[in-house]
Amino acid sequence: MASLLGRFCRKLVVPGSAHGSRMISTTACDSEAVKSLNLYSAINQALHIALETDPRSYVFGEDVGFGGVFRCTTGLAERFGKNRVFNTPLCEQGIVGFGIGLAAMGNRAVVEIQFADYIYPAFDQVKRVFPTLEFDFSTAEFLIRGFNSQIVNEAAKFRYRSGNQFNCGGLTIRAPYGAVGHGGHYHSQSPEAFFCHVPGIKVVIPRSPREAKGLLLSSIRDPNPVVFFEPKWLYRQAVEEVPEHDYMIPLSQAEVIREGNDITLVGWGAQLTVMEQACLDAEKEGISCELIDLKTLLPWDKETVEASVKKTGRLLISHEAPVTGGFGAEISATILERCFLKLEAPVSRVCGLDTPFPLVFEPFYMPTKNKILDAIKSTVNY
Amino acid sequence: MAQHLKSSKSTFLNVLRHSLAFGSPSHASRHLRQKLPHGGPPSIKKVSPNPLTRLCNTMVDTLSSSHEDTNNESFTNIQVMDFPGGKVSFTPEIHFISESNEERVPCYRVLDDNGQQLPNSQFVPVSKEIAVKMYSDMVTLQMMDNIFYEAQRQGRLSFYATAYGEEAINIASAAALSPDDVIFPQYREPGVLLWRGFTLQEFANQCFGNKSDYGKGRQMPVHYGSNKLNYFTVSATIATQLPNAVGAAYSLKMDGKDACAVTFFGDGGSSEGDFHAAMNFAAVMEAPVLFICRNNGWAISTPTSDQFRSDGVVVKGRAYGIRSIRVDGNDALAMYSAVHEAREMAIREHRPILIEALTYRVGHHSTSDDSTRYRSADEIEWWNKARNPLSRFRTWVESNGWWSDEAESDLRSRIKKEMLEAIRVAEKTEKPNLNHMFSDVYDVPPLNLREQELLVRQAIKSHPQDYPSDVPL
Repeated sequence: MASLLGRFCRKLVVPGSAHGSRMISTTACDSEAVKSLNLYSAINQALHIALETDPRSYVFGEDVGFGGVFRCTTGLAERFGKNRVFNTPLCEQGIVGFGIGLAAMGNRAVVEIQFADYIYPAFDQVKRVFPTLEFDFSTAEFLIRGFNSQIVNEAAKFRYRSGNQFNCGGLTIRAPYGAVGHGGHYHSQSPEAFFCHVPGIKVVIPRSPREAKGLLLSSIRDPNPVVFFEPKWLYRQAVEEVPEHDYMIPLSQAEVIREGNDITLVGWGAQLTVMEQACLDAEKEGISCELIDLKTLLPWDKETVEASVKKTGRLLISHEAPVTGGFGAEISATILERCFLKLEAPVSRVCGLDTPFPLVFEPFYMPTKNKILDAIKSTVNY
Repeated sequence: MAQHLKSSKSTFLNVLRHSLAFGSPSHASRHLRQKLPHGGPPSIKKVSPNPLTRLCNTMVDTLSSSHEDTNNESFTNIQVMDFPGGKVSFTPEIHFISESNEERVPCYRVLDDNGQQLPNSQFVPVSKEIAVKMYSDMVTLQMMDNIFYEAQRQGRLSFYATAYGEEAINIASAAALSPDDVIFPQYREPGVLLWRGFTLQEFANQCFGNKSDYGKGRQMPVHYGSNKLNYFTVSATIATQLPNAVGAAYSLKMDGKDACAVTFFGDGGSSEGDFHAAMNFAAVMEAPVLFICRNNGWAISTPTSDQFRSDGVVVKGRAYGIRSIRVDGNDALAMYSAVHEAREMAIREHRPILIEALTYRVGHHSTSDDSTRYRSADEIEWWNKARNPLSRFRTWVESNGWWSDEAESDLRSRIKKEMLEAIRVAEKTEKPNLNHMFSDVYDVPPLNLREQELLVRQAIKSHPQDYPSDVPL
């Protein structure tokens, strides 16, 4: 695992890609001070930098004071004080709602939701119900209030509804997401698709420690509210050389992390390591795979994916979230519109199943390397 | 302002303004409903459907009450006005209700720290049979927790959460309920299931997610459920069960059942929006539901000082119009009595009751937590010894001649044997069949799931090494 991620790191330094203009021009790994860090340490570093560089920034959520259940907030309260880094009561709608208020007053609020599985009470704050609406459950907007209102109905619409007089761009919501091997229904969910359906927020998912630090700093400093999902499986498992300085990785720019000619694979977060393994196996069978890390799902970088599919003629998308209504469907539909005549085969989606995330059946549920490999082969041989 | 209020002309105008703002007769009658304090049947004032008659009646009420007061010099109760919601008296003094009472709400207990019955203590008597079963189940719960916790440490279980320190809440509340009362737990109340007859084997089956697990291996350990025992399946999300319990209670009321709904949650759970929704609904819908809050001082690493600034959870009941009590949660007799009385009131009077059981979470939040990172080992040890619910109750049970050292050691060796056997069997039992991944998403699997099952089975054929061998296909 570490070596795969190390390869990603070195890849960033290599020039001369067909998509050179799209490659991240970050500082080269080996010319700056770097440290071997896991994901939660990289995120911790980003948070330290964020609080250090902006005295009007805050970090809060359940249990963040002692370092958080995943250690991402270690040392922050001690260093910046309990007025800026604090535990909140157990209430996701309160956490996000309070964060929106802070952000609307010109602060940066970096809030933590303990598990993405618990983000739903805050959903309403993302989207706002118009005050003139009656209590009518046949209206979708009120259903959303039952489905957590702060993110969808408040944060996402704050700037738009006020004619840009107000905004809560300083809000960043961090939440661990994804399978962890034994998380069951309520510690494994990937809810990104719900949020990708909300104009006004951004959705960002890093694949590795180095990416996480840069993307988190960008998210915190982006003038729009951002939902930042962290692959919990990688908190300890993923270790990478991470530059120690303050750096940012741009949002809405996908990255070709492996070049190829026969098929384009698109993914995000922890799933990329699985897809990378499938690409390696496919290569042994003579199939050259191009692997793209989307990084930002909303707004997503269509140009990079389009350019790649126009080259390869084939697309495969993989995510842990259930296939029906998953974000892969949006990518598939868009690419179909833009690349129809270039496509040699239908777009393939290798995703989680349409069931609640099961405990004992997790291995069957997951989009495994072999499921991806089989799909690569059937797409190429279509 | 006092002068202004005394003038009858302005009174008339005020009355006019407020009366005409009222809507339908049913709305008007609702606002005139007068409830006596401390419960009693609500009395509904008869209201005329004719708006003009209503206006006149209201004026008469108002003028007669103000006339009564002109004889005394008191400035309070000068006038009583009907606002939506009922009559309120006015006061010319600007006075804010304090954020807290001078004294905290006292905590009901029957036994002292050493298990001696307090003088003048009121409690519901408990028979020898019940008392012995209560104590035995508390010991069983504690031992079950010990053994499952160790199994997790050994890697045989993926996860576990103990109820150390809260055995009295678990068992005594269950003992005071009837088997028909429906339970909506959080996740630290397996003792209620234990009391009702869930066997150690059944607990182990769920923890190991084998084919005998009623949950069919879908959830993490400690997510128990049993429709036979009226215990709704645990979900890890906090406080989501609270509004569910209220709806269930309403159903029991509509069916005229001699039963109530009972829901448990922690101090952390009382901060969730669902707590507010549930309490308010329960009061308005007059639902027979018991809200039992295990205030154990900690929500993972968050102490109650970071959770709320009220006098605990008990005072929140009044805010919703709900009768409440604070109890020593480590006192089995007090818990039993409080729940017993609460249940009677809930069912007989169709009302919710809030019980705040003060206790201490002796164990870590779960096997994923090390609580010494945020609290002192001394503090944990003190609670474990000084306020131990088991030792206090044991003293009382023994003082009645109902228990002995011999009974204790017999019980403990029997439970240990049973537990180890239950784990041995559960571990060996095969997992649920693969088709249970697809069943129960809906009542009948729709087309997309039938297709997905076929695809998964193909993948298994092609790559059997990717899949666990203990899940039968």
